[in-house]
Amino acid sequence: MSITAALPVGDLAPAKRSSVLGTLRATGPAGMASAVVIGAATFVAVFGVVIAPYDPNLGNLTQAWLGPSASHLLGFDAQGRDLLSRLLAGAWTSMLGPLLVVGICIGAGTALAVLAAWRGGALDTVVSSGLNVVFAFPGILLAILAAAIFGAGLIAASLALAIAYTPYVARVLRGAALRERGQQYVAALEVQGVSALRICIRHIVPNIAPLIVAQATILFGYAMVTLAAISFLGLGVQPPAPNWGVMVSENQQGILQGTPLPALAAGAAIVVVVVAFNVLGERLFEVARRGGR
Amino acid sequence: MTNAGPLLEVDGLSVHLRVEGNERPVLRDVSLSISHGEALGLVGESGSGKSMTARAIDRLLPDGARVEGSIRFDGAEVGALSGGDLRRYRLRVAMIFQDPRAHVNPVRRIGDFMTEVLRTSLRVPRREAGRRAVEALAEVGIADGGRRLDQYPHELSGGLLQRVMIAAALLTEPDLLLADEPTTALDVTTQAEVMAILDELRSRLGLALLFITHNLELAAAVCDRTAVMYAGQIVEVRLSSLLHADPLHPYTAALAAARPDVDRSSARLRAIPGRPLSSFEAPQNECAFAPRCEYARRPCTEASPPIVRIDGGLSRCTRAMELRGTLGVAGHTEATSQGEVGPLGAAGGGADEPTVGPGGQLGAPPPSAPPTGRPAGTLARSEG
Amino acid sequence: MSQVALDPTPRADPAEEQILEVSSLVKRFGDLVAVDDVSFRLARARSMAIVGESGSGKTTVAKMIVGLERPTSGTIVACGRDRSRPARSTALRRARGREAQIVFQDPYTSLDPRQTVERTLDEVIRLHHQPDAADRRERVRTLTELVGLDARQARALPRDLSGGQRQRVAIARALAAEPRVLILDEAVAALDVSIQAQVLNLLADIREETGVSYVLISHDLAVVRQISEDTIVMREGKVVERGPTAQVLDAPQDPYTRLLRESVPRPGWRPVRRLSGAGTRTTGSGGPPPSPAGHASTNPATSGGDR
Repeated sequence: MSITAALPVGDLAPAKRSSVLGTLRATGPAGMASAVVIGAATFVAVFGVVIAPYDPNLGNLTQAWLGPSASHLLGFDAQGRDLLSRLLAGAWTSMLGPLLVVGICIGAGTALAVLAAWRGGALDTVVSSGLNVVFAFPGILLAILAAAIFGAGLIAASLALAIAYTPYVARVLRGAALRERGQQYVAALEVQGVSALRICIRHIVPNIAPLIVAQATILFGYAMVTLAAISFLGLGVQPPAPNWGVMVSENQQGILQGTPLPALAAGAAIVVVVVAFNVLGERLFEVARRGGR
Repeated sequence: MTNAGPLLEVDGLSVHLRVEGNERPVLRDVSLSISHGEALGLVGESGSGKSMTARAIDRLLPDGARVEGSIRFDGAEVGALSGGDLRRYRLRVAMIFQDPRAHVNPVRRIGDFMTEVLRTSLRVPRREAGRRAVEALAEVGIADGGRRLDQYPHELSGGLLQRVMIAAALLTEPDLLLADEPTTALDVTTQAEVMAILDELRSRLGLALLFITHNLELAAAVCDRTAVMYAGQIVEVRLSSLLHADPLHPYTAALAAARPDVDRSSARLRAIPGRPLSSFEAPQNECAFAPRCEYARRPCTEASPPIVRIDGGLSRCTRAMELRGTLGVAGHTEATSQGEVGPLGAAGGGADEPTVGPGGQLGAPPPSAPPTGRPAGTLARSEG
Repeated sequence: MSQVALDPTPRADPAEEQILEVSSLVKRFGDLVAVDDVSFRLARARSMAIVGESGSGKTTVAKMIVGLERPTSGTIVACGRDRSRPARSTALRRARGREAQIVFQDPYTSLDPRQTVERTLDEVIRLHHQPDAADRRERVRTLTELVGLDARQARALPRDLSGGQRQRVAIARALAAEPRVLILDEAVAALDVSIQAQVLNLLADIREETGVSYVLISHDLAVVRQISEDTIVMREGKVVERGPTAQVLDAPQDPYTRLLRESVPRPGWRPVRRLSGAGTRTTGSGGPPPSPAGHASTNPATSGGDR
């Protein structure tokens, strides 16, 4: 407990509810800049196909590898397709996969963590041990395995990653859930006769929510880069569908032959968005950790 | 040990801390002195600044703290010390805290922790340091010191660990011991034991003591003089023997009267309305306690009260001379006399939360109904 | 041994409704016997105290009464209904919540930090009573007034409230269930002296107004004196003394009770060492207490104070 905690709270200070904006502001300039980048990426993901100047799938081989010009701002890719349009259109699958991963992972991870923390004892031991086993498998390996069993595709790869990442989430959240469980207000609610489910959903989860959001954000970044790698390997999104990972793969020859822009542009898109998610996630984690009572 | 002048002299100490970008006062114009071998109690509630005072003396304030005024130890200005001088200062002034577990490394043995300062600062050889540690443990009533040195903190109970802390503090043979609520977290029987140890060691070693606590009775019982703090200021300093019978400041009297009595129950306790303020919440150019004081009059809210010296003690009260002799707590009685002058010992009886005196009190909210029974309105305003 | 009154309630009036009856309560944690054969009775609108230091088992008794711990053996009967075994259904736990409630010591973790006072109280009221929104608002208002909180404070989050204010909310929340008995587990111990006095007065007023019974768990004898009519003293799981509070405190029979009494600081008190200084005869780490030294007044019995 810091010395400043010895200063009592002012009587009736205006109740500052923690708002989204307030939390964002607490993440500092780096966090806010990242949030802007993520916002832009989301916008592009949703509207990319609409705002793309040209058809991302229509290619003219005679224009392959041509550089930027006035009408085609980023030039053409290996198949003669407008690069900018392909980048914009590719945002959707590039971000959808991670969204799926994070959605499943956070859901499952939170549920397992809270369950283990609440019941404790044998259940906690079983869940923790099970999670530890899954921990042992690197995400990308599981995704490759899924591709081998179910065939290549975004869904299978995403599901595999979701399974692989769940233990990370569950481990962090379990600690936080345990702390909440030990708070006296939880005991008070139990004595009142509030059901365990209600306590977990209405009290424990909201109090660990900042941590959940932080985890989700960080995880999004990891999922994105891993799925891009899987698509690069040809096990995720299949060409010719626009996808940043696929684009790196399709255009990798360009790096060796002196026309690196298509591959690098796709790679850069991945990096920028992933870094933004990581930075914001870390900042949110700090804010969550510091969260006052 | 020099004998000229007090051992510790704090003069006009003011401290501002940085909280969330703002600078806030936590101590205002604090002055006190402790002579060699003397025990001074420092009593206050939340926000009074008592802990902060000890930290200022031991140079333990957080970064960004602005300190004004002077702290002189054995003639030397503490704020100006650095490096070797500061280390030597810390050998002569030791501090023990409320929660010993928070101030000791849980993965190191008791022996390592106790002998560390001896070995590093005083270059005492390991074996000799160990011997002295065992001796110090015996002083505090821990007989099997050798075994204890090998134990880890978690193997000891709170009371035992606190005694170890006292022993450790004494290893450097300090002249002054700062004790910040050392017994607050202990059982009352353990507290009595620890206080007895401190008492005995004090008289045997000639150790001066600054004893910080929220417990007025405890301070008065074990210290020669007691200082009472409120909202970052010292409001009274008095000989402990006179503190209850003849306090000089209304807050001291109110604090003593608010406490339930183990010897008798009363129909209602004399609670002080409102809640204890810290320095930055308290009104600046008037008496900080005036809003809650039943003796407050107009002059109390017009200027900061001066320090008045009476009968060897001091009081920071505008009406100190006037109220002299009338604030004595004679224990809780069932009498209902509520006048502005009269022993404050008149406890609740059939009356309510302390009401305003008829002299037009400023600042304290008047009760909404006459003091019979329990008007619902007064409860709402009795906050804390 | 000590002279513990054999009759658990020397003044038990068969006509008085017994809100709480605890018989031969035992709780073991592995080898440790935390609560060893504890019995007492509490009548309607009466207030009793359980006095003890750390390790006495008093908090474990409190937890067993409200169902947070499961007794190893013995019975607990509240409002005529047995609650010695944990409730198997949520509905039963709720029903028991309407019989006995608890206020804990720490004001800083006893409230959900994300709920305003109003929502906290509303949740409990909705759980137990009126579903109608207007009735609930009225009830919340009554409760906040009862504990001395104004409208602004009622809309505040816990972090904007002081320790004393939070304890008031905790008391209001407990009372929202309209329990017959309220367990106060060191509920005022963490409060400033001046605030403690306000809350003690509040508790007295509430008892007068609602007829609720109190079980006050405390180590502070002055508070016990102020607020309770009967007392039992616990040490290491056992009841060592019981009786009307005034009697237990003024004329303690058991040496431990005497020791407790004599350890209370007050003007004129000087602490006395029980364990000796430089090395002679102490055990330091408590073995079983030797038999009392037999001094009537100032010399507390020698015993191993702490472990």
